[in-house]
Amino acid sequence: MRGSLQNVVVEGVSKFLVPFIQIFALYVITHGHYGPGGGFQGGVILAASMMLLRLSLGEEVEHRRFSPTLAGLVAAVGILIYAVAGLLPLAWGGNFLDYAYLPIPGLSSAELRYHGILIVETGVGLVVWGTLVILFDHLIGSES
Amino acid sequence: MNWLTGTILALFLGLLVYAESDLPDSTEASAPTRTHVAPRYIEQSYPETRTPNIVTSVLADYRGYDTLGETVVILTAGIAVILILPRNDRRR
Repeated sequence: MRGSLQNVVVEGVSKFLVPFIQIFALYVITHGHYGPGGGFQGGVILAASMMLLRLSLGEEVEHRRFSPTLAGLVAAVGILIYAVAGLLPLAWGGNFLDYAYLPIPGLSSAELRYHGILIVETGVGLVVWGTLVILFDHLIGSES
Repeated sequence: MNWLTGTILALFLGLLVYAESDLPDSTEASAPTRTHVAPRYIEQSYPETRTPNIVTSVLADYRGYDTLGETVVILTAGIAVILILPRNDRRR
């Protein structure tokens, strides 16, 4: 569906903006510990950058770089990260999702929970990112 | 809207107003919403998780099981869209 916004200005501006949008998305995910943000919001911003590229450069180009199949894989890996972060403490003697029992040596219980939250937020971000790209691709409807 | 529907709605409204008058004052410190787990989160969130943002520590740590379910719901929505919407091979 190349051509919906075929314009050198649109293409240039969106190519210029996308790296900043994606850096901001990573910032939002990692900043969830200190302020507004977290996996859900950061994942949405990441997906928005992908949608901007798909609208401006056309899907033939973008599907080669980030295919709908890859989006599904990203979402599945995200939920896997979350589930493994829940199951690892179970195997090391804690409760389900009790990050204080994560098998990372050299950290206190509070720091382990801090990093557990970060791992989980990353998983949530991947799920939201992949799912929103899937929704966009399938609602637009052109498979290529 | 006929008279029967109106009567039932009016009775229901009266019931709600009657029940509301008996609720505890949510602005008081002794309200049930402020005496159960909320003080523990506010006081212990930073010492226990090193996370200044209490919202994040409640969302991902204390209520992590809930968030796992939410995430599965989002993934399920994506899978449902893949399964329901037909693949469209039209070339434009």
